[in-house]
Amino acid sequence: MKILVIEDEKELREILRTSLVKEAYTVETACDYASALEKISIYEYDCILLDIMLPGGNGLQILDQLKEADKSENVIIISAKDSLDDKLKGLELGADDYLTKPFHIAELNARIKAVLRRKQRDGKNTLEMGNIVLDLSERCLLIGGAQIPLNRKEFDILNYFLLNKNRLVSKNALAEHVWGDNTDQADNLDFIYSQIKNLRKKFLANQATVDFEAVYGIGYKLIEK
Amino acid sequence: MKLANQTLKYLSVSVLVVIALWSTIFYLFMLEAIHDNIDEELENQKRLIIKELSSNPTVAPDLEFGVNNYKVREISEQEALKMRNVYKDIMLYMQDEDDPEPELEPVRMLTTAFEHQGHFYELSIINSMIEESDLIKNLFYSVLILFVLLVISIVAINKALLQRLWSPLYSFLDQLTRFRLGQTDSGPTMNTKIQEFKDLQLAVSTLIRHNEETYEQQKQFIGNASHELQTPLAIMINKLEIMAETEGFSAEQSNTIADVLNTAERLVRLNKSLLLLTKIENKQFLHNEDILINTLVSNTIDELEDMALFKNVSFNFVQQGKLRIRLDSSLANIIVSNLLRNALFHNVEGGEVNVTVSDKMLRVANTSLHAALEGEKVFSRFYKSDASSKGTGLGLAIVQAICHLYGFIISYTYENNRHIFQVNF
Repeated sequence: MKILVIEDEKELREILRTSLVKEAYTVETACDYASALEKISIYEYDCILLDIMLPGGNGLQILDQLKEADKSENVIIISAKDSLDDKLKGLELGADDYLTKPFHIAELNARIKAVLRRKQRDGKNTLEMGNIVLDLSERCLLIGGAQIPLNRKEFDILNYFLLNKNRLVSKNALAEHVWGDNTDQADNLDFIYSQIKNLRKKFLANQATVDFEAVYGIGYKLIEK
Repeated sequence: MKLANQTLKYLSVSVLVVIALWSTIFYLFMLEAIHDNIDEELENQKRLIIKELSSNPTVAPDLEFGVNNYKVREISEQEALKMRNVYKDIMLYMQDEDDPEPELEPVRMLTTAFEHQGHFYELSIINSMIEESDLIKNLFYSVLILFVLLVISIVAINKALLQRLWSPLYSFLDQLTRFRLGQTDSGPTMNTKIQEFKDLQLAVSTLIRHNEETYEQQKQFIGNASHELQTPLAIMINKLEIMAETEGFSAEQSNTIADVLNTAERLVRLNKSLLLLTKIENKQFLHNEDILINTLVSNTIDELEDMALFKNVSFNFVQQGKLRIRLDSSLANIIVSNLLRNALFHNVEGGEVNVTVSDKMLRVANTSLHAALEGEKVFSRFYKSDASSKGTGLGLAIVQAICHLYGFIISYTYENNRHIFQVNF
């Protein structure tokens, strides 16, 4: 899988590259309008992360070019501007998603996976790890072939972790994704612990080969045993 | 007090003073003129009487004022030589046509002396006078009528003038009252030829322009600053997230990273809230649609269920009616979400949140450790009931900003140990 990161801020570009390489993607980067245009005209990418504000031009113009080449559906716009107009314009030009900075690495991973899955269109709509299978169409969990009931939140949590296999998912990222975005309050997020505990009980009871690994204070990783 | 009434007050008082002064002077002058007139008459009579008396060889003394209106008395030479013409006001019993009995009335008396064939006589002549009290009475009534007529004319003129001359000012005032900085497109205008009004309009529009510039700059500054902070914050958080994935950190190191990460998240929330406030104030959300608040509330309660369970707080949702409002869906979400989250986060173990929705209002009441909050300050930016709170202190300010934008009324009360926030739509 080949991903192009178009981002002018060097630090951010490098972090994104590091994180994406961990996911075993092939990553290329562009730091301005001209080099981005050059790359998209020469190479094919499975997913493009596109910053809107670029030196030398507007990211939306790049999107326009991609649309003309019929390649805009695998673009995720990453912008510091949480503007509805930009969002609508971007989606109108065929972008797949719009992510406002700052975002969590886990959230970016989940969005990229969604783009890639839509692109594959092989009809398989499941996430697998070890002996567990999460069926996204049926919204159910199979452990070793046996169906395990999950409530809505448990399903969403597991889904998120499966999009971030072996990666650290912070409690903040999980809370935002599962319990809603507009959290103004940062009360303690310990309630997440009880949700993870419930899932873990189900894993143990059904001899799942995956488990959650706690990272002190920060969050959890879903790993294969 | 209105300008018209104030003008009337000052004008009538000053007119009263002027008229009073004027009538006193007028009265004195008139009295003087009357006296002069009477005295001249008396003088004239004196000459006629003396001539008449002198035509007889002897003067018969006449000691009472009779038909002739005079009396004559013989006096000694010494007395006569000392005598001068003396005019005096005296009171005499007289009976007028309209008097049933004789009354004391003022008369003017001239006392003089004359000589006839070696005899000396004293002559007193009287002439009736206008009664001063009658005069004053008449004068008073005429002045009163004059005053009333004047005041009535002033009222009428004033009203007509105000309507004609001051109408631009009143319309200007009306526009100015409705003017809201950053919300009204154009400043108040006045169609007038009066220089003072033109000056006023110029002064006001200059003032408004300065204010608008400052307001705009301030808004832009907050917006720009928040935008500029997004990328550094993104770098910070993502670097920490990547760093936290490194194997082999001790629990202590990991916790330190968690603390820094949480602080950065707090900054992000603060920044997002500021951006949101700026956007609300810039009216960047106006994708209005019909929203059923009842559904929104039950969805939000659903979202918060896990947290509520963890805190052992129960939600009670009472629906007295359907509340359907036309507004931006994300803003509707923020109103409900912020109020419910607040009620949950500031709650106590085993407490409750009571949400009531009727066809006109949304009310959220919660138990809390905190006593009553300061009514007005609750909605101000960065207000925190508890300094250790990790909230942004902007949640209620945002709710209030949205309410202002749409003209909803939000209020805070404290009853039965419950904090109550109510939005009237």
